[in-house]
Amino acid sequence: MNPRIDEIWVYLSTTPLLGLTLTLVAYQCAWWLYKRAGFHPAANPVMIAVAILVAALSLTGTDYQTYFDGAQFVHFLLGPATVALAIPLYAQLPRLKSMLMPLLGALLAGSLTAALSAFAIGAALGASTQSLMSLAPKSVTTPIAMGVAESLGGLPSLTAVLVIITGILGAIGARGLFGLMRIEDHAVRGFATGVAAHGIGTARAFQVSEQCGAFAALAMGLNGLITALSLPWILPWVVQLFGR
Amino acid sequence: MIAALTLLLVYQLVGEVIARGFALPVPGPVIGMLLLFLTLVLRGGVGADLRQTANGLLQHLSLLFVPAGTGVMLHYQRLADEWLPLLAGVVGSTFLAMAVTALVLRALARRSGGEAPR
Repeated sequence: MNPRIDEIWVYLSTTPLLGLTLTLVAYQCAWWLYKRAGFHPAANPVMIAVAILVAALSLTGTDYQTYFDGAQFVHFLLGPATVALAIPLYAQLPRLKSMLMPLLGALLAGSLTAALSAFAIGAALGASTQSLMSLAPKSVTTPIAMGVAESLGGLPSLTAVLVIITGILGAIGARGLFGLMRIEDHAVRGFATGVAAHGIGTARAFQVSEQCGAFAALAMGLNGLITALSLPWILPWVVQLFGR
Repeated sequence: MIAALTLLLVYQLVGEVIARGFALPVPGPVIGMLLLFLTLVLRGGVGADLRQTANGLLQHLSLLFVPAGTGVMLHYQRLADEWLPLLAGVVGSTFLAMAVTALVLRALARRSGGEAPR
């Protein structure tokens, strides 16, 4: 007798294979749609793949932890991919040298704007303190943001979600915003996208041009660095200012 | 490809050891990226193998954020309760930060008289 379908399901749902395969299949579907849409930013592949996965997991009643046991192999590659960002960065070395001080100035302004405006808007609209602490570091790359949120007393897993939403928004909105502002230079576009929208913005920037991507990667790395070093000092002071 | 992947993992590992060893708040891979960048500057070039592997990884960087993004499932309740401040905070700050960064960079680059942004 053939095994029943629910027995196969019980077996599959305990191995990492299912979560891993599901992630890749969802991404392939998302990438196909993105391509069909002529790589329009609104068809962001991260957003579509996440939507497919959430629907699939909810329909099959699979919890996130079970899914992540398989998907962690994809998640793990974020580490070596972050290291690999050094290579496109190196390709931009001459331009980097000529723009060093302007880049650092813009980084400082952008980084503070991202964290403080997120906090101020959230506080003005009545978010809880725990949510605010999870919200403040949302413009930097996931692992740094989670660490910062934890040291501030936020919820790291909520921060991860807010970081991803930020990245998707930045990736979708960058073209329209820079079009309105009449900013054409791919170095400037990339750097601003990287400061505000970290890795997902950087992924999108690489799909625009290599220069755009390299400056986004640089901005993402630097913003991660200064946010990790400064926000745990600055934010408690801001919290007092808002009387929280 | 394997040689390049090994190199990337070694840099990540060294970065991780430095981050833990000195109790730095910066994640290991970011330190690994800075170290690899310095190495490339000192060596003055990137090998073809490393360039290809890096391109392969970075071309589908979007994929690597999908598992973490699916974690949105864990926060339905809070997102339902506080959707307005969280959404407004994320949207407002993201666009503000992009605009401020771009404007400051353009203004400073013009003043410093470096390569003029177009």
